[in-house]
This record gives sequence, C-alpha cells and structure tokens, in this order.
Amino acid sequence: MLKEALEKKLDYDELSNCMRCGFCQPACPTFRETGYEAASPRGRIALMKAVADGVMEPDKDFVDQMNLCLGCRACEPVCPAGVPYGQLIEQTREAIEEAQEHPWWVKAVRRLAFFHLFPHQKRMYQLGGLLRFYQRSGVQKAVRKLGVLSILPKQMREMEAIIPEASSKGIVDYFGGTVIPAVGERKYRVGMFHGCIMDVLFNETNRNTVRLLSEAGCEVIIAPDQVCCGALHAHSGEREQARHLARKNVAAFHKADVDFIVSNAGGCGAMLLEYDHLLAKDALWQEKAQWFASRVKDISEVLTRLVEPKEWQSLSQRITYQSSCHLRNGMKVTKEPVSLLQAIPGATYVQLREGDRCCGSAGIYNLVQPEMAGSLLDEKMGHVAATQADILVTSNPGCLLQMKAGIHQAGLEGKMEAVHIVDLLARVQQEEKPLSPLE
Amino acid sequence: MLPASIREELRAIVGAKNCLDKQEALVAYSYDATPMQQALPDVVVMPKSTTEIQQVMRVAARHHIPIVTRGAGSNLCGGTIPVGGGIVLVLSQMNQIVEIDEQNLTITVQPGVRTVDIHQAVEAIGLFYPPDPGSMVISTIGGNIALNSGGLRGLKYGTTKDYVLGLEAVLPNGEVIRTGGKLMKDVAGYDLTKLLVGSEGTLAIITEAILKLIPKPQTQRVMLAMFADMAQAARSVSDIIANRIIPGTLEFLDQGTIRVVEDFKQIGLPTDVAAILLIGQDGEPQTVDRDMEQIAAICKKNAAVQIKVATTVEEADEVMTARRSALAALSRMRPTTILEDATVPRAAIAPMVAAIQEITERYGLQICTFGHAGDGNLHPTCMTDARNTEEIERVEHAFEEIFAAAIDLGGTITGEHGVGIVKAPYLEWKVGAAGMEIMKGIKHAFDPHNLLNPDKMFAKQSRNRVVVQRA
Ligand SMILES: Cc1cc2nc3c(=O)[nH]c(=O)nc-3n(C[C@H](O)[C@H](O)[C@H](O)COP(=O)(O)OP(=O)(O)OC[C@H]3O[C@@H](n4cnc5c(N)ncnc54)[C@H](O)[C@@H]3O)c2cc1C
Ligand code: SF4
Ligand code: SF4
Repeated sequence: MLKEALEKKLDYDELSNCMRCGFCQPACPTFRETGYEAASPRGRIALMKAVADGVMEPDKDFVDQMNLCLGCRACEPVCPAGVPYGQLIEQTREAIEEAQEHPWWVKAVRRLAFFHLFPHQKRMYQLGGLLRFYQRSGVQKAVRKLGVLSILPKQMREMEAIIPEASSKGIVDYFGGTVIPAVGERKYRVGMFHGCIMDVLFNETNRNTVRLLSEAGCEVIIAPDQVCCGALHAHSGEREQARHLARKNVAAFHKADVDFIVSNAGGCGAMLLEYDHLLAKDALWQEKAQWFASRVKDISEVLTRLVEPKEWQSLSQRITYQSSCHLRNGMKVTKEPVSLLQAIPGATYVQLREGDRCCGSAGIYNLVQPEMAGSLLDEKMGHVAATQADILVTSNPGCLLQMKAGIHQAGLEGKMEAVHIVDLLARVQQEEKPLSPLE
Repeated sequence: MLPASIREELRAIVGAKNCLDKQEALVAYSYDATPMQQALPDVVVMPKSTTEIQQVMRVAARHHIPIVTRGAGSNLCGGTIPVGGGIVLVLSQMNQIVEIDEQNLTITVQPGVRTVDIHQAVEAIGLFYPPDPGSMVISTIGGNIALNSGGLRGLKYGTTKDYVLGLEAVLPNGEVIRTGGKLMKDVAGYDLTKLLVGSEGTLAIITEAILKLIPKPQTQRVMLAMFADMAQAARSVSDIIANRIIPGTLEFLDQGTIRVVEDFKQIGLPTDVAAILLIGQDGEPQTVDRDMEQIAAICKKNAAVQIKVATTVEEADEVMTARRSALAALSRMRPTTILEDATVPRAAIAPMVAAIQEITERYGLQICTFGHAGDGNLHPTCMTDARNTEEIERVEHAFEEIFAAAIDLGGTITGEHGVGIVKAPYLEWKVGAAGMEIMKGIKHAFDPHNLLNPDKMFAKQSRNRVVVQRA
C-alpha cells in the first residue's frame, strides 16, 4: 500500500533532477548529527527514488528516516539543481499517512486536531480561554505542586512550563473591527494573516504587528474569514485538508483585495507562499492561488521598506537573531530581519554562530523526535550563550517557544530573553495613539 | 548475501551500530555523484580507527570479500559504486585533524576530514592548503588523495599530489605501511606516497595523511574578462602564460554555462558574450596589482569586450562562487548531467574547444564547457536525460570522440576526476597496452586477490579506438 501510495504521490521528475552531488549535506542538521548518508537530503531522496524504482520496499526504517527529517528545508537554497525537497518530503509524508493504520487513539487525536480544532478559529479561542483559566486560576500552580505533570514526557513538561499566557480573544475582538486605518498617508492596503495558534498564544505579537503596519502607513485588513494556514496539516501528511484550508484563505484575502498578505510567522508564511503549488492542479483555484502567493510577505519585508529607524528609541542591549527555517529557506527572507535589528539605535547586534541552522523545534518535531531535537537544541544554546546577548530574537512562534525552552534549560533565565522580532520593534517604536477600527 | 557468520565477525569489530545491512543503509551507500551508476553492497561498515580497518581487512581477505572505501561519495567516476557487492567501508567517522605542525608547516589528518575543514583550520593561523576541488564543502581528504583531485588553483599551486608528504595505509593483507613523512626530501626506495595518490582505492586504504602547508598569500584579486568569440578567450589564456604570468586561477566559462550560472546566482554576468575568463592572482600586493594590469592588457589586445575587476571581497567571493557552482547549476537544465574532464596541454585549448563544439553540433546535443583553462582541464558537460536511451547512446559516442580528440592533441581522458568505472574502457587509449600491463602488475603486487575496489580502473574490455576523419 505504501509503495503504491508513494508511486502515485512522488514527483518522479524531481527525484530524477537530484544529481547526487551532495552539496545539500553540510546544511542538513540530521546529517551533521549522524554523519549517516541515509539521514541526509541526498540519502532521503535516494531512498524515495529507490522505492519508486522498485529497488527497495518502504519498510519501517524508511518511514523512520522520513520522520527524522525536520522539514527545515535548509537543503533547498544550497541545492544547485533546484530540487524542491520540501515538496518531495511532503508527498512522502502524505503517502505514509494514507497508508498508515494508526491506533484508534492516535486517529482520534489527529482527527480532533487537524479537522476539528485548527481549522476552526472559534474553537481555538475557546481552547485559549480554557488554557488561560488553567494558567490564571491557580490550577496551574496546584497541578505543578502536586507533581501531576511528571506523568508527561519531559518535552511536554518543558512546554507546559514555557507556554505563554493564552488569550480567549483574537485580534479582531481586541480592535473591535477588521479594518485598521493607516496612520498618516496610506501607502499600502495589506491583509494581516493572524494564524491559528499565533492569535491565541501570541495575541500580543499580532496586536503589535497590526500597530507597526498601521504606523508604517498601511491600512490593515484582518480578513474575517481566514483560517489556519494548513502547514501543520501538510507537514503531517494531510495535504488534502491543507488544500481545503488554502482555498478558504485565498477566498478571504482575494475578497479583501489587498496589496500584500502579511505574515509574522515564518512557518505560516512559507506555507501561504506555496499555495500556488498546493493548488496547481485545481483548475478553479489555480489562478487566484497565484494571485495570493505572489502577494505573501513577511512582516520584516514590509517594514524594511516603510519604517524610519531614526525615530526609534534607543536600546542599549546586545541582540542576536535565530532565523526561522521556513522564513529563511521557504520564504527566502534572510537579510530583512537582520537589517531591522541592526538599525535599532544604541543596540549591539551580534551574529549568532549557525543562526541559520534549525533549532529543533520544527512544528511538533520536538515532541515526536525528542532525542534529535534535544541534541540540536543543546548545540544551539551553546552558540547562543557564546553571544552573551541580552535579547534572542526569532521570527516564528514555534522557534520562540523552543528558544524559551532552551533559555530555561541552559539556566540563562534572567540573563537573556527570547522575543519575537515584532515585539522588539514595538518596544522601540513609540506608540502614536491607540488604534481603532475604521468601521 | 554474506553469510551471517561473517556479518557477525564484522559487527564484533566495529560494533552493531557501525555495521549496517538494513535495506536503507544498502541503498544509501549504493551510489555516488556519478550519473546512472548504482549497485547495492552487502554490508556497510563504518570503522573508527586504523586498527579496526586492519581487522575488517583481514576478515575480508580471509573470505575474499571486496571492499570499496568511501569518503563523501562525491566522485564523478563511479569510484565508490560497489559493483560486485561486498563491503562499503565508510570513513566519515575518522574525521579528526590530528595535528598542525607550525614548525614543519604540515598538517596531519585522518582520511574522513572534509577538505573545507582543512582550509578553515589552517587559514585561521595564516597558513594555506591550496587544493580546492569544486566539491570541497563535502569531499574528504581521503577521497581527494585517492583521486589526486585538482581544483581552481591547480595551475599555480599544483594538485593534491603536490601536497601529500606522507601516508599511513592499510594493505589488502591487513598490514599497515607508512610512507614518506614530514620531509621535503626523501628518496628512500620507490615513492609509494606518490603511487598511492591517485590509486583510487585499488591499492590500499589510506588511514592518515601528512600534508604540506604554505604561507597564506597576502592578497587575492579576481577579474572577469568577457569575449565575443570563444577563440579569443582561448588565445588570451595561451598569451597570459606565454607572457610568463602564472595566475592563481584561470577559469573558463562558455556561453551556455554563463547563462545557467547567472540564472542560478544572479550576480550580473552578461549572458550575451561567448566566453568569460575568470582570472585571479594572489601573492604580494604590488605583484598582484602589476599582474592584474598586464593580464587586463593582454585580454584587451585579444578583443575582450568587457573587463571587470572585482573591487570588494564580497564581489570577489560571488565571482568565485559562481564558477564553483557551474557544474551544479548546469544540472538545472535537464534531469541528467554528465560531466567529463578531457584535458589537453594548455596551448591546445582553442582547438580542443573548437573540436568539442563541432562534435556537439554533429550529434545534436547540449554540451556546455567550462573548466580550469589555465591547466588545459576542460569540463565538457552534457545535459541530457538518462531515460532517453537513444539520446544517451549519442552522448556516449560524442564523448568517445571528445576523448579521442583530447588524446590527438596530446591530452588525456581525465585530468582530475579519475578512471573509476566510467573511464576504464578508455584507459588503454591513454597509457597503451604496455602501460596497462605494468599497472596491472602494480595492482597485483599490492592486492593479489583483487579485493580493493575491484572492477575499477581496469575494464574487462577496452573500447576500440574510434577513428574520426577531421577536416
Ligand atoms: C559538484 C562537484 C564538483 C567537483 N569538482 C571537482 C574538482 O574541481 N576537482 C576534482 O578533482 N574533483 C571534483 N569533483 C569530484 C570529487 O568531488 C572529487 O574527486 C573528491 O576528491 C572525491 O572525494 P570524496 O571524499 O567524495 O571521495 P569518494 O567519492 O568517497 O571516493 C572517491 C574514490 O576514492 C577512494 N577513496 C576514498 N577514500 C579513500 C581512502 N581513505 N583510502 C583509499 N581510497 C579512498 C574511493 O574508493 C573512490 O575510488 C567534483 C564533484 C562534484 C559532485
Ligand atoms: S544538492 Fe540537490 S542535486 Fe545535490 S544531492 Fe542534494 S538534493 Fe540532490
Ligand atoms: S529538510 Fe532539513 S532535516 Fe530534512 S533533509 Fe532537508 S536539511 Fe535535512
């Protein structure tokens, strides 16, 4: 079954385009950790091709090897032949998912998460409300005291400890409307993509994003019918559901008729950017998907064009930056965040050694591959500590949580904080006046 | 399939996690960077020390199992394909720099150290290891030595063979030999060091190497010279050298290559010129400046349409990167990329380039040429599709003619990529029947049971030499 599913899903032409030069290997975290050819991009592509060619059966080792891949796509920009590895691994995972018989409880959890939770933003807020109750009511304290959490695996416990305060309201509720006018002259009309988890766990970052955009001269449309970007679905082999979500988002922003669609999460942005690929075979949606994909921008790209760092407050601290893999390798945004950080008056920017290497967060990777994720994080925190920075900036919620966990584990708490780039910029940019919607 | 008992013996030597026979591992070590070559080994063994290699070698000798030694698997001659099955011996875990000796200016390394790591380690203290194959970010020094790899700096600084001072190697009978040493002079007996360099894993397994270092050149400058006509570029190369200037790099890209590299890297190369020379010089600042001026004058005299001298380090870096990714970038055009490295005396570059063009057109193929023009080492690179058998046949014929043309011009079938499987049928064209006999004798003296990398270098059958009538 898996064999047939793979044969059907894998793009054989792209598999053949890999010329096995191996240039991708030094970029791959799992190869660097193991030195094992099969755990490298070249190796994984060769395994996929071997299955497609009938040289090998897709056995358990095959599936495990595919799951060990972080999906960080660091192998893509360095590939001279332009092999779209990210697409190949997603096709593989889709096939694995299709052929796999999960135990009933895994099926139930997956259904719940992928079909009944993430796609429904209202339910995300409700869950946020529950979480907030847990965090605020004293239940969290009690639970921690009782040691109930010790039944959870270590990674989950650590996550529990660093999860930020949840919100039961989305940004639309906060602003009381979906159209926020530009401060001063309107330069662009931009659509704000608020994300599903972002809007619950990092609601403040979303609010800051709207504020920065508006103060930079953007009329911000928080397209009301938007849903989860579908990245978690696509990375977990649920591409069909991802397509379903993509169509909804394309429709929502197309209706809003915006110049750009702005994301503040590298993981979401990279997914949105690839809607044209995702819907390439959908005759009805193809064209609109292209319209959509060509407008997706990261917040740092828009701000670099529009803001005047001269007017920022001075910040006499050391700043370093861990890039989000999908922002870097998926959206190909590398310079903008750094140039914004370097422009902060008074601050010292220190380059993080291997700041372009995956931190091991990779969606839910740190929960399912704790060993690899753990050793990647340890290595990362070594480099982070060496920067002696006061602020560790990232550009994606998953990375931010992982960095917070890393700071916690490395005993750097109190010495260093992990901050989303938007929140840092909001700190240095004086608030003009509280924003209110247009409607 | 190896009997379970033998696999047990191997496992006992290197440990279970370093002795793999699961499907996944066999597939992962069934290929290298050579197009259209693949064969599964019986077992993959990853030793951590010379002693372990000796023990593995003894097991193999006892049971007559072939051993294919593997570094990074980046070679282009099929050198690490286990055609006859057996053991693939992966040396990537032996990746330590043993010592940098600043008194003697040497570095001692294990075979699995990456070339680029050697560069970084020695350049950090103002020293220099010149050989820089295009694959240096992945290739291992063991692979470089076994193939005597060249690189962009070959013209001025020589190739790997010029930097290997001493070796430690495991022989097919399991004994260890040490050749050479931290010595600039050594004539004690046959030069086994030089013999092992370029031996393609067929004579012994290299387990440690002492390499020569030189002081790092003070400055480095590069320029691009663009020509409307391929022959003018080739003539400039000959003229520069005839004027007794030896540039640090002297690389050549033809139009097809330029277009593809530009498409890949967007560094502002003009895509309408017929050829670009990338010329670099390093050394004392005054000498470098003077050489660069003279080179520019020579290119102008040969009707260069544009000359661009890189002014910043970043610009220089980009220019070099573009050349380094040439082969790779070409692979974007078609699924299969076949890269050859026919080499001629540098004075014969112009006729060689013309011959390649003529052959390409006659066979209706897409072949772009780039390469180390300063040392006559050209890389005619064919973009094709392995699934199109008819076209592949034409490709084979075309390359046969290209090899023949190179030999006619006093050149060779391979300048730096090695013979391996893919060039084995043509080796006799270059070395002759008597040459083949003496080489086979050497192989027999080292490896009487033909255990190390069998089927490489010596083909079962040589190709008949094509006789081409050329006007
Ligand atoms: C994109 C690209 C660019 C390239 N550019 C160049 C270039 O500019 N110049 C150049 O010369 N080559 C070039 N090559 C070819 C190749 O990278 C080199 O030949 C390199 O030296 C191979 O090193 P490796 O570690 O990958 O060796 P492998 O491919 O693993 O092995 C190569 C050969 O060496 C033998 N071997 C490996 N290690 C040992 C050992 N310790 N003891 C005994 N035998 C051993 C193997 O059996 C095999 O026959 C290029 C290849 C690619 C893909
Ligand atoms: S860099 Fe690209 S072409 Fe080269 S081995 Fe990796 S995926 Fe294949
Ligand atoms: S996506 Fe990341 S982990 Fe996966 S093969 Fe590419 S570089 Fe390696």
